[in-house]
Amino acid sequence: MLAEQISIFIENKEGRLAEVTAILRDADVNIRALSLADTTDFGVLRLIVNDNEKAEQALRKEGFTVGRTKVLAVEVSDEPGGLNKVLDPLWMQNVNVEYMYAFANPQCKNAIMVFRFDDHDKALEILEKHQIKVITTEDISRL
Amino acid sequence: MPIFDIDFETMPREGLEAIQLRRLQTTIARVYATVPFYRQQFDNAGITPKDIQSLKDLQHIPFTVKQDLRDNYPYGMFAVPMEQVVRIHASSGTTGQPTVVGYTRRDVDTWANLMARSLAAAGAGAGDIIHNAFGYGLFTGGLGAHYGAERLGASVIPVSGGNTKRQITIMKDFKPTILCGTPSYILHLAEVADDMGVDFKDLFFKSGIFGAEPWTENMRQELESKLHLKAVDIYGLSEIIGPGVSIECKEEQNGLHVFEDHFIVEIIDPETGEVLPYGESGELVFTSLTKEAFPVIRYRTRDISSLNPTPCACGRTFVRMTKPAGRTDDMLIIRGVNVFPSQIESVLMENQTIRPHYQLEVDRKGNLDTLTVKVEINEGVFSDDIKSLQTMENKIAHDIKEMLGVTAKVRLVEPKTIQRSQGKAVRVIDKRNF
Repeated sequence: MLAEQISIFIENKEGRLAEVTAILRDADVNIRALSLADTTDFGVLRLIVNDNEKAEQALRKEGFTVGRTKVLAVEVSDEPGGLNKVLDPLWMQNVNVEYMYAFANPQCKNAIMVFRFDDHDKALEILEKHQIKVITTEDISRL
Repeated sequence: MPIFDIDFETMPREGLEAIQLRRLQTTIARVYATVPFYRQQFDNAGITPKDIQSLKDLQHIPFTVKQDLRDNYPYGMFAVPMEQVVRIHASSGTTGQPTVVGYTRRDVDTWANLMARSLAAAGAGAGDIIHNAFGYGLFTGGLGAHYGAERLGASVIPVSGGNTKRQITIMKDFKPTILCGTPSYILHLAEVADDMGVDFKDLFFKSGIFGAEPWTENMRQELESKLHLKAVDIYGLSEIIGPGVSIECKEEQNGLHVFEDHFIVEIIDPETGEVLPYGESGELVFTSLTKEAFPVIRYRTRDISSLNPTPCACGRTFVRMTKPAGRTDDMLIIRGVNVFPSQIESVLMENQTIRPHYQLEVDRKGNLDTLTVKVEINEGVFSDDIKSLQTMENKIAHDIKEMLGVTAKVRLVEPKTIQRSQGKAVRVIDKRNF
């Protein structure tokens, strides 16, 4: 039920991000969403793409350190309180967000939020109980 | 494993010392007569060859240092006419002007014998196939190991350094059983093998003989687990003869037996020049006993070690020197603290799951020295969580402070951004201007 994100270690150097995106372009990989967490010296680029396998291979070949992480992707309705509906039941049961980022679902007006929780199993259980739709890697590659 | 030269290698100390004294007296008389530099040194110190009556008298003779060899570049230290020199090697010159050394036919023969002893101590024999990744050329590593392998009766593959992918194909196809090379190049080779999907478990090595640069116990563990072989350390300098001055035995892997029938080894205090007793750590000093073309008298190596005279389980009676812990000249002084790259390496090894590639950058901001330790990230320690990466940086910095008493900034860098070398690794970049 979880989606998969790839992450890349990049040094804080001019043009480095463009190099990554060029590699993905040349490998014909489409980026759905990304977030960059950085320090003064380095950053970790987290990506949701349409083809993890292809993206990972292309980046490895260019010498990047690539990791894969399970994340939870959730569709959030485009209205006041949409995100809160997802977060409320979670924090009340002590599930916390480590990081999150979002992208727009190209098929409708809704947003897709990508979460890394401290306890994914518990998060999944809670979301199911509240009938909140969880999006898988397959769903994402079909978007 | 059989000892190659059993009569000498297991000789009782008394007999050995008698041979040493006789050979020392001959060497001293010869250099006094044939090398103006040494005659001058002896005259300045008020010593004549007749004054050398016991091994202890060696202590009165002045040291020879690298600069003396440079001052006599290229052939000034040779003790025989060029008609008798059959081989010339030179040091890499990474720390300045190169130094040139020569060999007579008998020197080449002696060296082959010492390298055959070394290979045997590492477990090699006739029937073994030796993959010799030491560089061939002016550097003594390649040809030294080559002649030793032939003397031993093993089959040697003179693959030299470089062309790494081809080396791995050769390892798969030729099935070598003994691997020789500098440890940093061998680890690079292991990395490339990994990229090519080749597992050393499926290769045929039983021992590896690694040297020409200092390496740590941690690196031994890394080499042994990655390469599935027994890793032994070999020591030598072109100024003394090349590799084959001392070797670890496969049985104990605990200290390198110095071939004392050919060299006298001393440990001195690098500051005062005073000879230190067994067990104490200081600078290694060698005197050659049988070299003809290029004898050296009390040559200061700049390598730090100590001597252990206790008998070894392997049966060799030669004294053991500990693995060189670094060099007096790659010792960095950072805010008054002595730092050896090998110490930083130990800290890194303890913090990482796979062997890290690293480089030390020393700079001076205002009046303050700064030390930056660059470490390549690898997939074993990478995480998508910034906090855990920063925690790792801080933990390494903390451990360096704890172990060495020096503040360092640790910086994770992308894989393969630190320069790889075919020979010796460039571990230190010192940007300070003194």
